[in-house]
Amino acid sequence: MAVNSFIKDCEDPNPLIRALAVRTMGCIRVDKITEYLCEPLRKCLKDEDPYVRKTAAVCVAKLHDINAQMVEDQGFLDSLRDLIADSNPMVVANAVAALSEISESHPNSNLLDLNPQNINKLLTALNECTEWGQIFILDCLSNYNPKDDREAQNICEQVTPQLSHANSAVVLSAVKVLMKFLELLPKDSDYYNMLLKKLAPPLVTLLSGEPEVQYVALRNINLIVQKRPEILKQEIKVFFVKYNDPIYVKLEKLDIMIRLASQANITQVLAELKEHATVVNVDFVQKAVWAIGRSAIKMEQSATCCGSTLLDLIQTKVNYVVQEMIVVIRDIFRKYSNKCESVIATLCENLDSLDEPDAREAMIWIVGEYAERIDNADELLESFLEGFHDESTQVQLTLLTAIVKLFLKKPPETQELVQQSCLRSHGSLKTEFFEPTVLDELICHIGSLASVYHKPSNAFVEGSHVIHRKHLPIHHGSTDAGDSLAGTTTATNLEQPQVIPSQGDLLGSLLN
Amino acid sequence: MSASAVFILDVKGKPLISRNYKGDVAMSKIEHFMPLLVQREEEGALAPLLSHGQVHFLWIKHSNLYLVATTAKNANASLVYSFLYKTIEVFCEYFKELEEESIRDNFVIVYELLDELMDFGFPQTTDSKILQEYITQQSNKLETGKSRVPPTVTNAVSWRSEGIKYKKNEVFIDVIESVNLLVNANGSVLLSEIVGTIKLKVFLSGMPELRLGLNDRVLFELTGLSGGKNKSVELEDVKFHQCVRLSRFDNDRTISFIPPDGDFELMSYRLSTQVKPLIWIESVIEKFSHSRVEIMVKAKGQFKKQSVANGVEISVPVPSDADSPRFKTSVGSAKYVPERNVVIWSIKSFPGGKEYLMRAHFGLPSVEKEEVEGRPPIGVKFEIPYFTVSGIQVRYMKIIEKSGYQALPWVRYITQSGDYQLRTS
Repeated sequence: MAVNSFIKDCEDPNPLIRALAVRTMGCIRVDKITEYLCEPLRKCLKDEDPYVRKTAAVCVAKLHDINAQMVEDQGFLDSLRDLIADSNPMVVANAVAALSEISESHPNSNLLDLNPQNINKLLTALNECTEWGQIFILDCLSNYNPKDDREAQNICEQVTPQLSHANSAVVLSAVKVLMKFLELLPKDSDYYNMLLKKLAPPLVTLLSGEPEVQYVALRNINLIVQKRPEILKQEIKVFFVKYNDPIYVKLEKLDIMIRLASQANITQVLAELKEHATVVNVDFVQKAVWAIGRSAIKMEQSATCCGSTLLDLIQTKVNYVVQEMIVVIRDIFRKYSNKCESVIATLCENLDSLDEPDAREAMIWIVGEYAERIDNADELLESFLEGFHDESTQVQLTLLTAIVKLFLKKPPETQELVQQSCLRSHGSLKTEFFEPTVLDELICHIGSLASVYHKPSNAFVEGSHVIHRKHLPIHHGSTDAGDSLAGTTTATNLEQPQVIPSQGDLLGSLLN
Repeated sequence: MSASAVFILDVKGKPLISRNYKGDVAMSKIEHFMPLLVQREEEGALAPLLSHGQVHFLWIKHSNLYLVATTAKNANASLVYSFLYKTIEVFCEYFKELEEESIRDNFVIVYELLDELMDFGFPQTTDSKILQEYITQQSNKLETGKSRVPPTVTNAVSWRSEGIKYKKNEVFIDVIESVNLLVNANGSVLLSEIVGTIKLKVFLSGMPELRLGLNDRVLFELTGLSGGKNKSVELEDVKFHQCVRLSRFDNDRTISFIPPDGDFELMSYRLSTQVKPLIWIESVIEKFSHSRVEIMVKAKGQFKKQSVANGVEISVPVPSDADSPRFKTSVGSAKYVPERNVVIWSIKSFPGGKEYLMRAHFGLPSVEKEEVEGRPPIGVKFEIPYFTVSGIQVRYMKIIEKSGYQALPWVRYITQSGDYQLRTS
């Protein structure tokens, strides 16, 4: 009964009614009924009115969700592919969106059948459809592997104007396409360098958007800075935190600021970090203090400067600041044993306020290491020893090691303190660094949830075994465009040109 | 790639209305959203993207409503947030005010709009002017012939209908520049940038072609007009409304477009500037703990004498345990706003080149507060009409329509404060 009225409505003289019928049809998830809907759908896909055709295109994707086999058997996928050549840009955009959605569940079939001819049709439609259609088309383009650098450059030239679009999602999708195709362009060409320069301003402008948009942009900029730090090297000031930024924006900006810090701007960065070490959010402060310590370790010349910044911070007597700092100072001492020694005395004065396990552990290490300079080292360690069983395993181990060190330096005083010794394990890092293959995969997903989580989609999407891993295109393709979609990650990544950050230049290039 | 379902929730997290687009995420999952939000807020780890098991929530807040999209796939996050904000824009155009009452009073329209705005998770038509042509407050639109989908929806020009007519053809151009400033505690300028927008109010008949000419440095260089008397502006980054032909701009910096009807934002631009901050603040905040805090603020107008800043408001942070305020101002008035922990010094009219002073005195309790307080910066609000910092100029606005009418463009410039903050020591 209901079916009959749908079939009738699909032939109504009013295109609005025809389209509404098609749209509603797709929402009926009852197998028996869907068979009857094939004929009306077929007609609507060829309807004279573009509004009906565009709705029918989406309906194919809906039907595929209900009964994939039927959609394939009835030849609807071919009809969708034909719609890519439709004269109306909205129809093209919806057809692309539907095909992309369907191909997510068929990763290895080249559903869209992208080739230079229909790529051109997509590029034409790009200029004429709405902002949403542009996003569908750009996302689709980012999955295409151009056969050579000329084709890649041609596509880049047509995509670059979209960087000026007011819609930030269009901008991010355009950035995704450009970041991928950059891999294929010759590194010394003028075009390559011009493109790198063109990418910076739109990324910075994204930070004037609404907070959620800023957040997505920042998470993606974080990836871009890791992959191609040269793009935003000069723009560190943009990431200075504003007082009323939401906390999630502040944390991201801080992370990126740290990654962009270099010898040239370290004094500015330290001043900025010091400012934020007194902000009232524990996570943020800890990150800022940690960043100061990392700067000291990375850039030897700035170690003294960092040391004095840290001393200033100790004076604030803010409990969690002091605790975080002790951990950081311990790390500095491990690298440069003769800098910042003036700090030791001040640290010992603050022992009572230490309750964080990391801070206690760090303090114990310092006492053990500099036992000869601390007169009452044995008393200090003894006070820690009193609460031995309440401490975490980590702290216990450190304490034992420190006692042994003390024993070796001052045997008579330490006799009672000696117990069996263990090796102490490594501390924990406070920021994430990606394996190159994971980073490349995330670049292929700019703008998506994966880029915000900083995890590949198979880490959080159910049924992930059917999701194909994306990877960046390779220079001078040894496989042709069709194959790489289906390829595994192993073979293709061997030849990928890697951007190797120069040591000592950028702080963020701390790859252990 | 897209959202699975969209919910509009009240301030407590209860769904008011929702639309299930894809059917792959159970609608009941929304129950997890509010508890998750509250928990993350308590931990100080709030984020716009929250996840519970396999379900991801992308959310934004507008007055007393939450708009939440759910998905179980690797959706395009920036698309979803842009879409949610666009949805709010459409609802605001329809209902003027958008809050819980507006949704409750207009369920039918909201449902119809949710149906039209997005299909199977793909955003479709989101232009509110066009939507208003066929989704209206009147009932039963399915009467044959009564309403059709405007062809505009699927046109290449999907933002302007055909057949618009005005007796008097005019265009109003507003160039609004916002100045963002961040000054360090020791007075050095950390960040200084201008974010400008050009807003148009278009009352033109037919389908006119418009071309906007600015004194854009890159354009001048391309056309050989640079140097000498021609003052130009170097725009670092420009963003356009979708009606502008982006490829033409990319090619030769021509800004050409067929405008939507009524008001819209044509473009926005950004440029860093080394110009002197328009309003400079020097402050001395002396805190004598257990007794009093004395604040002295000097405001200097560092812009040309002929211009006047209106509605100047300088907000100076005050410790939260301060009391008994006393003020002395050389001009304007000062008010203590305890719920924001600030003193607001308002000056109605602030001419360029002038310098004014305010002194404030607060008492502090004899018992000092335990917790550490943040140090909020001094904020400044102001508006300077007939003035731009960047020197941008609308050189011309060409209007061409096939019926050949003459239309008048009007231009207005204004500079206002954006994010204007001076840190205190």
